[in-house]
Amino acid sequence: MRNDTSNVLNAFRQGSPEASEAACETLFRLHQRAVYGWILRIVRNPATAEELTVETFWRIYQARARFEPSRGFEGWARRVATHAALDWLRSMRREIELPEDCSAELAAPPIVDAAVSAEIRRKTALAFSRLAPKLRIAATLVVVEEQPHKEVAEALGISVAAVKLRVFRALRLLRKDLQQQGITP
Amino acid sequence: MNAHDEDRMKKLLQQALPPVDSDAGPSRDLWPAVQRKMKSEPIAPPLFSCVWFDWALLAALVAFVAFLPQSIPVFLYYL
Repeated sequence: MRNDTSNVLNAFRQGSPEASEAACETLFRLHQRAVYGWILRIVRNPATAEELTVETFWRIYQARARFEPSRGFEGWARRVATHAALDWLRSMRREIELPEDCSAELAAPPIVDAAVSAEIRRKTALAFSRLAPKLRIAATLVVVEEQPHKEVAEALGISVAAVKLRVFRALRLLRKDLQQQGITP
Repeated sequence: MNAHDEDRMKKLLQQALPPVDSDAGPSRDLWPAVQRKMKSEPIAPPLFSCVWFDWALLAALVAFVAFLPQSIPVFLYYL
């Protein structure tokens, strides 16, 4: 099994164009669900997550010569996916506002606290969408999706301390934005 | 912002953005789309692969040398 994986990774990296493409398909079949799920956690929109999964595997294929098999494919794919999602968030920054039907598109229901009104939740989501993409990604993955700091740090290519700092800054800026709107969290 | 405020903000954010279903998969087979993209968009030449900082540094160096041509031998010495 390990030899099979190793052969696929070697063919992907150094094989002929046909062998590389075949190996890429094998890797795609193995990892597409995980990559899609990771992107969905960041962009929170299934159609966009599909589009970015395609973009991620295209980037992976283009950068295959730089892939180091010793570091594992999954982490590398997650890192490429995170950067693809970050690029998308940056390109959409001016246009994007979290859709109001965001929760309707996602399978898991929100954990609703009766003390927090729907209006406050909506304003919080909107204020969050105004944050810088790199802060938003860190806060979404750590706070909302409860992913381990180490995993998020690897995906973003930064240290664990930098992830914690980004999350803290995101929460502080979010709080400030809400306070400016007269909401005291 | 103290630890208490931070916890409150985290809870508020979790309520505002529901977590996604981690078992969710794509609604269709995405491989044909990947294949199409691989075929239609070949590798771009890395003409502008330098980060902006490299270009800014180069521009600053050129400007410096243009204003102070007597510094050229010094730069050449350190090259």
